[in-house]
Amino acid sequence: MTFQDIHQQLLDRFGAQVISGANAEAIDPWVEVAPEAIAEVAAYLKDHVTFAFDALNDLSGVDYFETDAKLAGKFPYEPHVEVVYHLYSYTHKHWLTVKVKLPRWKGGVEGQLPEVSTVSHIWAIADWHEREAYDLVGIRFLGHPNLVRILCTDDWVGHPLRKDYEFPLEYHGIRGK
Amino acid sequence: MATAELQDPRVIEFDVRTDEMLVNMGPQHPSTHGVLRLLLRTDGEVIHECTPHIGYLHRCAEKIGENLTGPQWIPYTDRMDYLAGMNMNLGMALAFEKLVGMEVPEKAMTLRVIIAELGRIASHLVGMGAYGLDLGSFSPFLYAFREREIILDLFEEACGARLTYSYLTIGGATHDLPGMIPIPPGLAALTGRSPNEKLLWTDALRLFLNWLEDRIKEYHTLLTRNSIFIKRTAGIGVMPAEMAISYGCTGPVLRGSGVDHDLRRDGDPIYTRMYAGYNWDVCVAPFAGVKGIPPEVILGDNWCRFFVRMLEVVQAIRLVRQGLDRYPTVQGEYRVPFKMSTKLPVNECYLETECPRGQMGFYLVGDGQAEPLRARAKSSCFCNLSVTGPLCQGVLIADIPSIVGSLDVVMGEIDR
Repeated sequence: MTFQDIHQQLLDRFGAQVISGANAEAIDPWVEVAPEAIAEVAAYLKDHVTFAFDALNDLSGVDYFETDAKLAGKFPYEPHVEVVYHLYSYTHKHWLTVKVKLPRWKGGVEGQLPEVSTVSHIWAIADWHEREAYDLVGIRFLGHPNLVRILCTDDWVGHPLRKDYEFPLEYHGIRGK
Repeated sequence: MATAELQDPRVIEFDVRTDEMLVNMGPQHPSTHGVLRLLLRTDGEVIHECTPHIGYLHRCAEKIGENLTGPQWIPYTDRMDYLAGMNMNLGMALAFEKLVGMEVPEKAMTLRVIIAELGRIASHLVGMGAYGLDLGSFSPFLYAFREREIILDLFEEACGARLTYSYLTIGGATHDLPGMIPIPPGLAALTGRSPNEKLLWTDALRLFLNWLEDRIKEYHTLLTRNSIFIKRTAGIGVMPAEMAISYGCTGPVLRGSGVDHDLRRDGDPIYTRMYAGYNWDVCVAPFAGVKGIPPEVILGDNWCRFFVRMLEVVQAIRLVRQGLDRYPTVQGEYRVPFKMSTKLPVNECYLETECPRGQMGFYLVGDGQAEPLRARAKSSCFCNLSVTGPLCQGVLIADIPSIVGSLDVVMGEIDR
């Protein structure tokens, strides 16, 4: 299936409220899904025979933010956090990129992690990928069975792949700088 | 208790039932392939729950990648899967080329096929040897390292490094393949040549491949058809195809479960065109046409995963040979220049390549600077390892090295 077909069929099924954006010209064409509907759309994409996206190749969090005030004017993106799902279908051998855009902090309060529902019940590998996105990028996945840090230690403070993350100067008596 | 009851073994077993115990396997256990800790909840010898704990080798490769340009990040990819550094370099270089819309000449592509497939052989040799070691068979490990040594010598002649190559880079490779080289000492000793001989790098490689091909049936005798090895692997750790797909397993682990998928054939065009015109087969369980498969073997078990790797070595030899045949006549240069200060477009791309351990993905987001806004490395072993929990449920403790070893994980790639 081409990207246009997939996009059109998703629009017909869910409407423009849920499928809130798309970019067919990108190197990997993507559709944007409203955060509250991602679990529903993901289940549809996996189970519907015409899509059959049975594999989640990658799930990554991206922090779109420029810390340097001088460069912020030239920064080509709005500050936000994204969860990017790279799907693949072994049945039809086609790809799709799905994006969910979230605010950098929930309710604009610094330190409150943005929330999106989990897809770990749809693709088992999402369990670990979501733990990693939580650990490194700071995104809370609602309904995840075990949302704990995976690469950093359990008592680590902060989420290192946030652009405004500050490296700790000390950890259990070990000097950081 | 009546005698009749005692004769029933289940009654006695019930009588001596033990409490559950938590056992830490690792992070310094030799059969966990690096710093992997498995937290086991056991009842006697039986595993009730197995939870992998990772992150001991986390070196913030992705965070570092956000602060470096593409060519500067290449050395960090070597250190991800340190047993297949060449394949990591290639995946990352291709992702950058896809992002900036760059095409490499045919000569560079042929060089990449030769080097990447040679890297695959070296990596699978370690995978095979270390797996034998996990199961108590020491000799295959020594043979595997003897063979790998020659590949490392050849890599050293090509780029100067033996483990962290940074050889395949954005736009091609850092150097052309070497001309005349002194024969690698191991190769001279094994083939009975004079240690002072000088020969072409490509001839040395051909000599090595001819020699290696004859050795493969010896490995099969040592491991594949060894009855102890079969008893330790066949029918254990059986993973159905749906489970493998849902857990994101890729590479030999996926093909061992019977899914016919190889990115060199089914992947992104920028990657598959490298392999256009080559003759080779994708090795998939249940291995149609292969004779002498032990009857104990079940589709998707440890033995199948191991055997996929063994067959892939043969296919990689075929590919390297064809690459060598093409190399003298292909068009173009071995690289096109890529400036360190090249600004990345405001765009993003995701590319997976078929590394020895599975599909390694790189996700890059450009924001107009030379450094990517996000440099994500999706690890194949990370996904392959995530299946250990469900696979190890209900098995014996002694089967755990067998299952984890068959997944052939490298912790450097998992923790990045």
